[in-house]
Amino acid sequence: MPQYLLSVHMVEGEEPPSPEVMDQMYKDVDAVNDELQREGAWVFGGGLHPADMATVVQVRDGEVLTTDGPFAETKEHIGGFWVIQSPDLDGALAWAAKATRACRSPVEVRPFQDEPDA
Amino acid sequence: MASFEATRLGRIFQEESGRAVATLIRVFGDVDQAEDAVQEAFAVAAERWPRTGVPPNPGGWITTTARNRAIDRLRRDAKRHDRHAEALRLSVRDPSAEEVGPVRDDQLRLIFTCCHPALARNAQVALTLRLLGGLQTPEIARAFLVPEATMAQRLVRAKRKIRTARIPYRVPDDAELPRRLPPVLDVLYLVFNEGHTASTGDELVRPDLCAQAIRLARLLAEVMPEHSDVLGLLALMLLTDSRRKARTGPDGSLVLLADQDRSLWDRQLIEEGQTLVRACLRRNLPGPYQVQAAINAVHADALTAGETDWGQILRLYDQLLALAPSPVVALNRAVAVAEVDGPHAALALVDRLDLGHYHLFHATRATLLQRLGRSTHAAEAYTAALALTSNAEERRFLEGRRRSVSAG
Repeated sequence: MPQYLLSVHMVEGEEPPSPEVMDQMYKDVDAVNDELQREGAWVFGGGLHPADMATVVQVRDGEVLTTDGPFAETKEHIGGFWVIQSPDLDGALAWAAKATRACRSPVEVRPFQDEPDA
Repeated sequence: MASFEATRLGRIFQEESGRAVATLIRVFGDVDQAEDAVQEAFAVAAERWPRTGVPPNPGGWITTTARNRAIDRLRRDAKRHDRHAEALRLSVRDPSAEEVGPVRDDQLRLIFTCCHPALARNAQVALTLRLLGGLQTPEIARAFLVPEATMAQRLVRAKRKIRTARIPYRVPDDAELPRRLPPVLDVLYLVFNEGHTASTGDELVRPDLCAQAIRLARLLAEVMPEHSDVLGLLALMLLTDSRRKARTGPDGSLVLLADQDRSLWDRQLIEEGQTLVRACLRRNLPGPYQVQAAINAVHADALTAGETDWGQILRLYDQLLALAPSPVVALNRAVAVAEVDGPHAALALVDRLDLGHYHLFHATRATLLQRLGRSTHAAEAYTAALALTSNAEERRFLEGRRRSVSAG
């Protein structure tokens, strides 16, 4: 079945939500995860540490260069993601609607190139 | 004779290609394949029909020919690439899927695919015109003031997104419909409006775009008559289009509503539009298109401009502003206020609007200033309006008005 990446977009330096909101957010995300698994749409997912914890590895002049990340010089970074399976975009968008409500951040939906179970 | 046949073929293409493409997308599950097959079938028709005459059901002939050619080509490709499995699957897939199938349902599915919220508005409009309206890329580019290469790229990208992101080819279910129907209506109205007042070019009206929008709105209204907004949109288009002949003078120049020869209004379209408006009123589930249609129905009721029931129109604009608040609606409401409470009250409302980029804002101000006898300011406002429109006939009209204030 086709797979989609649902990535959660966070803006760096934004006021973090209150502990109560954060707590509710975790509960809501857990509920979405449970539903994804129950419906057989779950492939993988998880939250990430902030972007300043990232390390970038690349080849420069034939040598592997390791630098303190993040790679993208923007204020928006991926805060977490899901990989889900859905027969079409509408299915993926319906999950994204649940996901964005739960994690209180914009969610970007992108189709994967290959169908592992084609 | 040859040119007659070419014209006739062009007309059949515009009328039938949307239907054929819609059906073949269902059969093949791919937009490009469907388009190529339909193009190929029309090429065969262009070669054959001048000799044999046009078959009794040209649309059905095109669909069948396109389907058979596409299947032949897939079989050839499959042989070459040793993909027997695919050819086999396609050859037996949906044997009933032909021109006798639910053609209307196919077009309906395709409208919802073209106007899917995952596509940008300008891509939705372009796809709708191309796949359902049978317009060629250069025509769409011309209609929307975009270089041909840009429009081609926009269409390629949109089709690629339909394929790779798997935008489904189906009518949304009842739960999704409230969210999915509005963009479809907005796209059709945009196409209609572009036809009604072409934003560029020498002609004020492009009747082909209006006709396409009305055809597709009719299709929606036939299949989804339970949705009042669909009926409202169709009524709005019909009532607006009923005045088309009166909107331009013999020399092609723009004639305002108040100055139109109302005997030129198309009574049949008015009757149909007003019947739809009455049906909407009975249901009492007002939406923006229904209210705009009602406003146009009130105009259509007046045998002379002087008999217009402006009080009723103002009440409808109040309702419209509550349903769909926007500066453009507020501007149109101010025009009704000018008729009910006078130009002074209207100008006070207009001056509060942040619409400096919109030529009709300046044109409306100019008219109100002119009525208040403030000629210098009126001329300035006409100049501001002129700077913002590139339609030749609108320009000619505004220049004439500016001259009339300066002379007065």
